[in-house]
Amino acid sequence: MLYREAGQYKTSYAADMAVFPILQDRIGLAVILLIAFVVIPLSGNNFMLNSVLIPFLIFALATIGLNLLTGYTGLLSLGTGGFMGVGAYACLKLTTFFPQVNIIVWILASGFFSAAVGVLFGLPSLRIKGFYLAVATLAAQFFLEWCFIRIPWLYNNSTSGAIEVPLRTLFGIPITGPTATPVTRYLIVLAIVVGMTWVASNLVHGRIGRMWMSVRDMDLAAELIGIRLLPAKLLAFAVSSFYCGVAGAMMVFLWYGGAEAEVFAIDQSFLVLFMVIIGGLGTLIGSFFGAALIYILPIGLRAVPAAFGLPIHPAAAEQLTFVIVGALIVVFLVLEPAGLARLWQIGKQKLRVWPFPY
Amino acid sequence: MDILYKVFIDPFLQMGTSPDLLVQTLWDGLVAGVLYALIALGFVLIFKASGVFNFAQGIMVVFAALTLVGLHERGVPAFVALALTIVVMLVLAYGVERLMLRPLVNQSDIILFMATFGLTYFLIGVGQLVFGGNPKVMIASELYLPSGAFEFKALGGFVSLQKIDIAAVVIASVMVGVLAVFFQRTRIGRALRAVADSHQAALSVGISLEQIWVIVWFAAGVVALATGIMWGARSEVSFSLQIIALKALPVLILGGLTSIPGAIVGGLIIGIGEKLGEIYWGPLLGGGIETWFAYVIALGFLVFRPQGLFGEKIIERI
Amino acid sequence: MRAPSSREAALGEVLLAVEDVSLSFGGVRALTGVSFDIRKGEIRAIIGPNGAGKTSMLNVVNGFYQPDSGRITFKGQVRKSMRPHAAAAGGIARTFQNLALFRGMTTLDNILAGRALKMQRGFFWQILRYGPAMREEVEHRRRVEEIIDFLEIAAIRKIPVGRLPYGLQKRVELGRALAMEPDLLLLDEPMAGMNLEEKEDMSRFVIDVNQQYGTTIALIEHDMGVVMDLSDRVVVLDYGRKIADATPDEVKRDKNVIRAYLGEPHGVSV
Repeated sequence: MLYREAGQYKTSYAADMAVFPILQDRIGLAVILLIAFVVIPLSGNNFMLNSVLIPFLIFALATIGLNLLTGYTGLLSLGTGGFMGVGAYACLKLTTFFPQVNIIVWILASGFFSAAVGVLFGLPSLRIKGFYLAVATLAAQFFLEWCFIRIPWLYNNSTSGAIEVPLRTLFGIPITGPTATPVTRYLIVLAIVVGMTWVASNLVHGRIGRMWMSVRDMDLAAELIGIRLLPAKLLAFAVSSFYCGVAGAMMVFLWYGGAEAEVFAIDQSFLVLFMVIIGGLGTLIGSFFGAALIYILPIGLRAVPAAFGLPIHPAAAEQLTFVIVGALIVVFLVLEPAGLARLWQIGKQKLRVWPFPY
Repeated sequence: MDILYKVFIDPFLQMGTSPDLLVQTLWDGLVAGVLYALIALGFVLIFKASGVFNFAQGIMVVFAALTLVGLHERGVPAFVALALTIVVMLVLAYGVERLMLRPLVNQSDIILFMATFGLTYFLIGVGQLVFGGNPKVMIASELYLPSGAFEFKALGGFVSLQKIDIAAVVIASVMVGVLAVFFQRTRIGRALRAVADSHQAALSVGISLEQIWVIVWFAAGVVALATGIMWGARSEVSFSLQIIALKALPVLILGGLTSIPGAIVGGLIIGIGEKLGEIYWGPLLGGGIETWFAYVIALGFLVFRPQGLFGEKIIERI
Repeated sequence: MRAPSSREAALGEVLLAVEDVSLSFGGVRALTGVSFDIRKGEIRAIIGPNGAGKTSMLNVVNGFYQPDSGRITFKGQVRKSMRPHAAAAGGIARTFQNLALFRGMTTLDNILAGRALKMQRGFFWQILRYGPAMREEVEHRRRVEEIIDFLEIAAIRKIPVGRLPYGLQKRVELGRALAMEPDLLLLDEPMAGMNLEEKEDMSRFVIDVNQQYGTTIALIEHDMGVVMDLSDRVVVLDYGRKIADATPDEVKRDKNVIRAYLGEPHGVSV
């Protein structure tokens, strides 16, 4: 009853092709944005901001990036961690050389460096497919990890081997460095993520998204409707790596405040891949769901014993989390291989006819 | 010019001037290669028969080794612990088949791959919970594995062959030999090959896929156990071992995902190539290149033969 | 049936000429010295027993296979080796025996995908999905809707093609090929697996495409009734060689063709 589209007629193709054709969807989106931009900063729980929302948004962006490559174009990549790292280190060098330029500009610009690296390591996709391509991206991942440790120039020769984030401001308000408040950082991350999600949505709904999905579904058929495969795949690598690079830069500059190379290790690649698959391959909203589940669930699990007053050793809680998350992944894949996005879709379908069964 | 000299001339000169180092390097590479090949073998077994890329192979190595050592720690005699561990791997194979493979039987490859990820996390958690997260010492002497080394003067210097390494090569070779005979000569081996070729055809001649999958995961489990014992005896039993499994990937690329001889040849090439690269070219780049050098070797091969050295050529029919 | 003479007059010059094309895979000779031509505006049927090389011939025209020898002239230009996307850009579209649809997408998106070559608005506008990019989307959507109406598949346009019955999937694939506005349309067994009613519909579409849009059509087909009714000329292949090349009536009576493919009549007229 709430979700009926009855009465919403489309009188033009443009209206039919809108990203959110149903009015209730648009209202829902507006509400979410309102909560995100206004309500949450006002309620100001620093823990929530610092440890839950900011990382969730950053991971969601990285997940969107990987989803564009793996979910929409069908190119499995295990180099996400490395590409995120390229963004972070590029941002550091850019702001070191040009400290007067606003850091937000550099965060976004660092994506281009990631994109370039992504294209380079995507070149094998001309000849190599599927699992073998994934291993080529692993080569990228391990090589980049090695670079992050072995090239001191990248981390400004700091003795600790880690990136140290300098203080940067926007209109006089500190946004990076130790004095930046969680609310400030949250708002900037939110703005960037919302903007880039909008761009990703535009891309996948238009001819480029169709091109990528054609390559994914049957690349031979894509060729026969005139799509040139290598440029299409390289574009996917470029855009995907751009998103991961920006996410990496934000991770270091707007969340951790500093980082060691381990942050961009292979574990990160797998983590983001989990998020993509659990959330739903080839969906943007799934990227948010996946990031939420994979990132927030362990936090929740760790908090549960404490909430119930059960005395569990923290190490044991950590290990138990592994067991539960591992089991949940398998259970989840059995129940709904198309991910949370499909569950969401099914839920909306049911909501459309509620309170009637069909 | 200087760089060209350093890359193309100098390493070979070094090989020539200290042949004992060369032989040592070749031997170390051979041993590493044999162990990579064993891990790759586990992957190939499972992939051939069920089409699943088992990311959990690495953790199975650790888990098997941990179970063995953990049981012994609790007072179980060495060979009884070994037998019990084999039983555990059988139970694990049943569990995986029943709870993971059967429900996901028609899903895409990437879903199955992800499921093995879940399995990995699960085994890491269980392993740590039950046996603790600290590195342990493999019960090599209790299993009558040799220790010490043969050292001899040769080629103007020293060459040292660890006895445990020799044992590893021997045991691995025997294992591969047994598996090869098993596949070629026995009824079950034939059934395994049939399943690897085509699930549907195998079903239509009455082969039970579930049984085959249990057998194959069990075989992979036993291979994992052997690998775990060997690796553990050479260093220690810890969770960092499972990263070694990632090293098997370049081996699989070279050898093709479906070829047992490929896994072996690939393992040797990667093991030796990696060691040579590290000793003779590594210093040029500041060292530590073994983390990615193997992948670069494999990538080079892939560009020329996308299906690997022994893999089946991917023919796309329209 | 059309009056033969006016149709003859309507057919134009040679659009595609296949000269002495040979192709082998490993030890198997798929095609040996095959030559024929297709005139602009005609409907050319390629028939023959299974394994005769018909699909291989289309694959060569399409650019999927490069012939070992011989040459192909399209629109007056001799073609060197060519990838499928170049063939597509040149004006050749294709459907497949076993369907080559994008199963993750809806009917509408599949057919829109066929407009890929015609949609040129740059990356920057795609990012914004505004202005020129949006106008282009709408304009192509309009064209695609015309095709959807023509093929009578409006009711299923938002359904993922994987869920459609086989006959409708074949229609969607035809729609995607039509969206390319090709000069030459290659149809590989478009009627396979269809019942009588579906075949009549598909035949009607093929004729309409040829007459309304002037598209030249080459089709592989096993149903002799369809071949006789639709085609202007027929090429018959057997074991990779051409054994006949004439009008349907002449081919029907050709002794070689009867022996290789049609079979001796047993009181039932073909």
